Formats: sequence, structure tokens, C-alpha cells
Amino acid sequence: MDITRRNFLGLTALGTLSAATGTSAASSLHREPVDNKKVYGVLVDTVLCIGCRKCEWACNQEHKLSDKKLQEYEDKSVFDRHRRPSDSAYTVVNEFSNSEDPTGKKYQIKVQCMHCNHPACESACIVGAFKKVENGTVRYDAWKCIGCRYCMIACPFQIPAYEYSKAIEPRVMKCTFCLHRTEVGKRPACVEICPNEALVFGTREQILQVAHERIQARPEKYSAHVYGEHEAGGTSWIYLLPYDFKHTELPALDDRPIPDRTEKIQHAIFKSFVPPAALYGLLGLIMYTQKRDSRGEED
Amino acid sequence: MSGHEIPTPIRKVPYFTKGTLVLFGIMCLGLATFLARFLFGLGAVTNLNDQYPWGLWIAIDVATGVALAAGGFTTAALAEIFHRGKYHVITRPALLTAMLGYTFVAIGVVTDLGRYYNIWHVLLPPFWQGNSVLFEVGMCVMIYLTVLYVEFLPIVVERFVGRVNFPGPFSIFNKIVDLFLKLAGRALQRVLWVFIIAGVVLSCLHQSSLGTLMVIAPYKMHPLWYTSLSPLLFLLSAIAVGFPMVIFESILASRSLKLKPETKVLSSIARYTPIILGTYFIVKIGDITLREAWPYVIEGSLHSFMWSVEMILGVVTPIVLFSIKRVRNSVGGLFTGATLIVLGVVLNRINVFIIAYKPLYAVKPYFPTFWEIIVTAGLACALVLIYRFFVMNLPVISVPEKDLQSASTRVGS
Repeated sequence: MDITRRNFLGLTALGTLSAATGTSAASSLHREPVDNKKVYGVLVDTVLCIGCRKCEWACNQEHKLSDKKLQEYEDKSVFDRHRRPSDSAYTVVNEFSNSEDPTGKKYQIKVQCMHCNHPACESACIVGAFKKVENGTVRYDAWKCIGCRYCMIACPFQIPAYEYSKAIEPRVMKCTFCLHRTEVGKRPACVEICPNEALVFGTREQILQVAHERIQARPEKYSAHVYGEHEAGGTSWIYLLPYDFKHTELPALDDRPIPDRTEKIQHAIFKSFVPPAALYGLLGLIMYTQKRDSRGEED
Repeated sequence: MSGHEIPTPIRKVPYFTKGTLVLFGIMCLGLATFLARFLFGLGAVTNLNDQYPWGLWIAIDVATGVALAAGGFTTAALAEIFHRGKYHVITRPALLTAMLGYTFVAIGVVTDLGRYYNIWHVLLPPFWQGNSVLFEVGMCVMIYLTVLYVEFLPIVVERFVGRVNFPGPFSIFNKIVDLFLKLAGRALQRVLWVFIIAGVVLSCLHQSSLGTLMVIAPYKMHPLWYTSLSPLLFLLSAIAVGFPMVIFESILASRSLKLKPETKVLSSIARYTPIILGTYFIVKIGDITLREAWPYVIEGSLHSFMWSVEMILGVVTPIVLFSIKRVRNSVGGLFTGATLIVLGVVLNRINVFIIAYKPLYAVKPYFPTFWEIIVTAGLACALVLIYRFFVMNLPVISVPEKDLQSASTRVGS
């Protein structure tokens, strides 16, 4: 009996496994930064927003999500609670205020897909149904989709909605950034209808510049933090707010792209198939030597 | 020594008993709900919503199913790769469980997928998305399922070789099919080692990747379970539950089929449990300590309660139990310890996929509908029923040679 060698081989096998899974953090991941000159962006200026909800109507019209009349969107009672984008609304406007603000002034905040620089949904999707295209739009391709809904788990802004009521061809529903319009030189429907320049469309570079200029011009009106400039590695939709975003419904995120976390682990386990091949070889070696060893013992 | 134990179809008891009829009833109810889901959509049967896109089916039917099928690769590694001959008696039942387990994981996935008819996309290179953890899990599970079927083929060959007996006009095929089986059996014997090792490697890969899945939701996971060590923890817990699952079902099966439990072999594999589960425990505690997450353990919330139950009942207690020789040598002790570990892993997967998941804008927590539970229960019952059918008709369970001689007249071969 050569217990020592058996145990040694066993420990080596376990060591390889833990090395394959555990040392993930050590490997680095190369991530191309987005070109701010090439990707589009929209600035949402909540200080200028008057809560008219025309953007909601325009979006629903554009995507044929609802045939409600424009007058119906004048109903302010919807602000009583916070709504979320759904399978029948790509964008919603909610009302928020800061309890520390003595004036108690209420602001409105438009919510939709942020079109992340490094989208978690794209990284999560099993069949590549999400794609960050050249102009910055995160496009969803229903035809590829298998309906696993992992994109919904992954999204840090919790945007993708799902057509749960459909038995056949259910889709993941989210803001399309009006790709069909921007491709032909038009602005997204919501931006076009906005009566108060609360929504500004341009390259990401342009709108970041506008954002910082507005803060500089009226520092008493704006929080200095441009939300979306760096959050989760940056987003195409960025927000100007009257005070710290913690008083809003926008989530607190650090600057690290979400996909970094899983892709590092994933790529370390595979690493050009070396770890799996090494494990295979090691197990093969163990199998061979153990079989030879046991010949004398058994039968 | 393996000569004393011979795998054989078990026909001591009738297929239908009171117990199996109950299982049959639940299975039918599950099947009806399963069909309703395809007719009326996920929204009609489940409590899933935009906040909680994954529920019971992913947590139990898929994630837990994969973990509890780990007996297949752990016993294969022990008996075939580390070549411990005496464990051969448990490899076939473990292999059958893994094969059926993964088949039901696949059915569970299809139930949950909104566009299940597009599942073939995963197989075609134009759709491949190498950054996706789910892609890795999907690929490995599909390939491993194929490997399991190949590994199971010799058992089918063994059952029918020399016994091919088609009725009436089909009898002309008897010789050809028999020859084919003989050749297939011989070829399989030569190449089986390739599949056995592949099975272990694939299992290690997807068992760990299953733990990477929720790492993509850093802002939605409770800190007690959110860790980049999750893949290692999932792998270790899968290895740890492998033998206990074999013990658990071996004792259940022997009770149900009126066989003597393999106490000696089961006690022997139970020896490994304190070491493997202990390793898992150390990594788990080390991880909580390094991430300074202990305050969450004692905060007195639902999360700290669920975490504590998972650790104390599912990990610490069975480590202690299986460290005591007297417990390992008794059927009751083995069953208690194994059941605790199995439940511990079930609880861990529920915790990671449901309890720990706190979506930012959720209004109320997710709780499965009666229908979701019935589908899960129905799938579990179907698995048990098919397992019973297989062990009664194929040489899966080994019985001592002397018992076999007395019963051989009834088998009729």
C-alpha cells in the first residue's frame, strides 16, 4: 500500500481545481473603453424637467406599446408611487424630493435603459441577443433570445422587463434608444418631444460637456455629481440632479464595469482550455497509475 | 472481491405499491401544470415578475438538481480513477441518478425558458457568447449529459446482449442487433475511460460555474452569499454532497426494494465526508472572515437565520456526526447525517438563488405559487418512478451472489 502517493495525487488534483477557480482575481481583463466621440448619449436634466410625461407618450407611440391619448398623460396622480419600466412601457417618469430640503420642492426623474458602456446584459446573455452597437445603443435581438432572463438578473439598473403573459414569443422589453431613428439622423422620440430641453441628445462627449457647463453656470441649482459619467463603467444616459443622487431612486454603483466580476473568473477557469486540459491529464495519470498499483491487490 | 456482488435487475417487490401510486398521482398533477405553462405562459402559473426573473424552478430543478447529481462524478472518480474496487457496487446507482438527475435538469430548464424552442441556438457557433457564465454552464451540462448516456450504455448492453428477442416477424433482426450490441459493448469497454475522465472534468467546470452565475449581480445579492469565491464554494459543496447523496438514496432504495443496505461500503465512503465537508466549512468561514461579513451573521434578520440554519444543520452537525465511528457504522446514523448534508445543499442553493437575491425595486419578496411547487414536486416524483423502473429492469443495483442464486429462478434468465 502506498497511501502517501495516493494522498499526494489526490491533493494535487484538489489543488489544481482550487487554483482554477480561486485565483480568478489575479488575472486581468482587457476592456476597450468606449469612444465618447462615436457613441450617442442623452442628458436627463431633472432640474429642467417639468414632469409633463410627453416623453412617455412619444415612446409608447413610437414603439406601438400603447394607444393612450396624449391628454391621459397629464394625469399627475401616477406620481403617488414609483413606477418601473415594464413590458408595456420602455420609459416612466417618477417624482422625488429630498426630505432635508426645506422648500420641499418636487423633481421628476425619467427612467429607462441606461445603455451602459459595458453592459452586464450583453455579458450575461447566453446566445448574444444583446449587443452594444457602434453608436452606443444596447440592442436586443428577440430572434436570438431563448428567454432565460439572465439579463434581468445581471442589469444593475434593473431595467429589462419581460412579457410573462405571452405563451409564445415572449420578449425582453427595454428602451431601444430609438436605433431606427438615430440611424437615419433623427433624435430619439422622447428627446424630440421634450418641451423644456430637459433631454439633450448628442455624442456622449457633447452631452458630458453640456452637463458640466450647466453645473458650472448654476452651481446652486445642481449637484456636482454627473450620474452615469462613471457609474458601472459609464452609461450613455447621464443625469443632472438638484442634490445627491442618494435621495433619488438611482442606484449607488461604483465605477467598475459589472461584467468584470464574472468574466475574470470565467476566463481564468478556461484560459485557452489549459486548466481543463491539465485537470484531464492529471486525472488520466492518476487513473493509469492507480490501476497499475491495484493489480496486485485485488482479484 | 467484486465477484461477490453482481449487478442485477431487482424484482423482489411489485412496481406499484401504495407509495408509488402517490408519487404517480403527484407526477400527473405536475405534468398537467407543466402543460398548462406551455399553453398559457410563465405569467399564468408562476409568481415570477420583472423584479424576480428567476424562482423555484431555477433554484431547485436546475441549480439543486445539478448539485445533487454530483454523486455520479464523485463515485466515478473514486471507483474508476482512484481505482478503489470495493466501491464499484455504488457506481451504477450513482450513475443512474446522475443520468436521470441531469435529464430532469434539462427538462427543468426547458420549463423555465420563455423561448424553449430556441434552445438549439446554444449549440450553434454564431450564437456562442463566451463571456456568458450561463453559456459555459449550458454547454458543459449538455456535453456531460451526453457523456452520462454513453457511460450508462454498457449497462443496457449488458442487460440485452445474448437476450435479444423481438416478437414475430421482427425476429430476423435478433442476430444483427445482438451482434451490434456485442461490438458496441466491446468498443465501449475500450474507450470508456475517456468518457469517465471527461465526466469528472466537465462536472468540476459546470459545478463551479453555477456558483459564478450570481456574481454578476453584486448590488442585488446579500453579502452573506455574495463572494467571488462562490465558484469554489459551489464546487466543494457539490463534491461534499456526492457521497452523502449516494448514501441517502442507497438506504432509501434498499428500504423500498426490500434489500439489505450496503452498510459496509456506505460507512466506508462516509469516512471522506468530514474531510471534504470540513474543507468546504473552512473555506466558507475563511471567506466570511476575509470579507468581514460576520456582522451580517448575527444581525438577526431572515438572512442571518437562513445562513445559520444552512451552516449549523447542513454542515457542522453532519461533520460531527460522520466523525463518530459508531454513527458511521449504523444505518440510522448514516441516513441522518446524509439527509442533513443533502438538505444543507438544497438550502444553500435556495439561499443563493432566492433568499440572497434582493432586487433594488422589489415591492414584496418572491414566493413560489402552488403550481410552481407542484411542477417541481412532479418532476422529483417522475425521477423516482423512472429510477424504480430502471433498477427493476436493468442491472444497476448489486446484490450478493448467494442472494442472487435463490432469486434467479424468478428473474427467468
